[in-house]
Amino acid sequence: MSLDLFFQHLANGISLGSLYALIAIGYTMVYGILRLINFAHGDLLMMAAYMVFYGMLIFSLPWWLSVILAVVLTAALGAGIERVAYRPLRDSPRISVLISAIGVSFFLENLGTVLFGGRAKAVYQPEWLAATHNIGGVSIMTLALVIPAVTILLLLALSYLVYRTKTGMAMRAVSRDYDTARLMGIDVDRIISFTFVTGSTLAAVGGIMWALRYPQIHPFIGVMPGLKCFIAAVFGGIGNIPGAVLGGFLLGIGEIMLVAFFPDLAGYRDAFAFVILILTLLFRPTGLLGEKIAEKV
Amino acid sequence: MKKKGLVLALAVMLVSVLTLAGCGGTGTGGGGEEAGEDVIRIGVYEPMTGDSAAGGQMTWEGIELANELYPEVLGKKIQLFLEDNKTDKSEAANAVHRLIEHHNVVAIIGSYGSSMSMAGGPVAQEKGIPVVGCSPTNPLVTRGNDYYFRVCFIDPFQGRVMAQYAFEDLGADTAVIIRNVADDYAVGLGNYFQEAFVEFTGSEDSILAVLDYQKGDQDFTAQLTTVKNLNPDVIFAPGTYGDSALMIRQARELGITQPFLGGDTWEAPEFIEVGGEAVEGVALSTHYSPEATVTDAAKEFVKVYTEKFGKEPNAFAALGFDAYMVILDAIERAGSAEPQAIRDALAATENFEGVTGIITLDENGDATKSAVILRVENGEFKYLTTVNPN
Repeated sequence: MSLDLFFQHLANGISLGSLYALIAIGYTMVYGILRLINFAHGDLLMMAAYMVFYGMLIFSLPWWLSVILAVVLTAALGAGIERVAYRPLRDSPRISVLISAIGVSFFLENLGTVLFGGRAKAVYQPEWLAATHNIGGVSIMTLALVIPAVTILLLLALSYLVYRTKTGMAMRAVSRDYDTARLMGIDVDRIISFTFVTGSTLAAVGGIMWALRYPQIHPFIGVMPGLKCFIAAVFGGIGNIPGAVLGGFLLGIGEIMLVAFFPDLAGYRDAFAFVILILTLLFRPTGLLGEKIAEKV
Repeated sequence: MKKKGLVLALAVMLVSVLTLAGCGGTGTGGGGEEAGEDVIRIGVYEPMTGDSAAGGQMTWEGIELANELYPEVLGKKIQLFLEDNKTDKSEAANAVHRLIEHHNVVAIIGSYGSSMSMAGGPVAQEKGIPVVGCSPTNPLVTRGNDYYFRVCFIDPFQGRVMAQYAFEDLGADTAVIIRNVADDYAVGLGNYFQEAFVEFTGSEDSILAVLDYQKGDQDFTAQLTTVKNLNPDVIFAPGTYGDSALMIRQARELGITQPFLGGDTWEAPEFIEVGGEAVEGVALSTHYSPEATVTDAAKEFVKVYTEKFGKEPNAFAALGFDAYMVILDAIERAGSAEPQAIRDALAATENFEGVTGIITLDENGDATKSAVILRVENGEFKYLTTVNPN
């Protein structure tokens, strides 16, 4: 394999990996605070993509305004889901909330099918994002540069939020123990709502980026990214925010390199991702970065 | 308080599930009356949602139109029952089961997508209910199943048509195949293209590589980078319209300029909407074009369809229409709406004048038809040529 070719594959891997990383951050943050795997995360991503689509189509809003509105509305939707499907189960065993999350996921997929129809829709891609650059024989889309930048930016913002602000401190306290946190004067319900709003915002940004990169949306687009990013989050160490980013990048690059070096195994690409999940759970359940920081979050 | 919230959540979910069930079930059937002996029940299973939703919905338009124009046979009203197979193999088997057990249909139309047809076929065969496929093109759909028929050509012919187009019209000596390895249609069509292309070029090495991807993949950059490096003359990429459109987009972004060729599943408005400028110049084979109608029935169909839907008919609407008409014709000739009698009459279908051509069903239950080649020009499918079977 020539060097040019290798770098093109690497660029493809980073482009895919940064999307995984972006979506995995939201997964891992909600888990880190609430110990809940929010299976509806992937479907929130789908809702956000549709909101951008309809914002532009029905209300003829400019692209950027649709994006902002979609992020805000998805955050509100996340808060609503928390209120209806998770809060009533606050004192139930953890498994009940998990099952409720799966229910919400199916609900959103079916709601999407009823509201938006089963046929795929094409997403508008602003021209400046779709432009491609040739850097030393490697073709890169502007978007493929923007997504990692957004991912890193959100990673920094989130780290600041969790580790440097009072709300963040409250979030960490809630993650340890609801009752003690309550005794310290923390409004636990408000903090949990806030966590979901933040998680849904991240899902919305991830969904919009995903839809820009792969400009075809249907009610089930969230399913596969949801699963893959769950794997990325576990691989990096679930609950650990930098771990999710690392896991996402490694998974994306790994998938692309698998196909690049072993074209015959291309059909087993998803299997490869799930094998990583199983191996991680068997041999290093805390993930790559889990051990070090898991206690803190 | 807490209980109330939970009950509310459950209620919302229940309502959503019921709404969806209603959507895929009898609600969409024509007429809606359950008049027992006076209606003839015909089932339809098509992908109304999922990756192939466009195909199923276009087919359903054609079937509905046929039912509107010809609502009766043997003096009885025909009632249609639609089940959504969700572009899923196990759902397809379930859909056929529901049509037979729950709706008591005497014949079935479906399905767009060979994978779904191959999953539904054995269920219908076991119950002795005849099925007429509109557009499943994999040869295995009807093989070994006396109850499955189809009104379209099959993939050995389609693969050959595109291989010939690549070799003779585009002057290609080398090709790469990229296929959805989970899709029986794509794998089959890819193989037939390969066979025919090797035969035309006379060289085993003319196929530089066969690359796979999986159902649900959205990122094809790894396969495409490999293709770019191999530098073939053409790329044959049988698959679903949406996946393929994304793939061609990504190919153009990577600087791949070679022509892409595909099969009938690319004929969907979504292919052009998602593909945008990237799919300009792409060529595909399909069953029918309103610009190349051969029968009187076809001219009439174009007129009525355009009036009803405000757009030109596509291959799948036309095949849906034909599948319905072929069943109607069989019931008429049999003089009975018993499943076995319909099956026997279907098997004897000869020189039936359909809108997609003259339909004669051979010993496998397949039709021999000509194919048309379309090319995307200025965001539209343009008729290029007709290729007749020899």
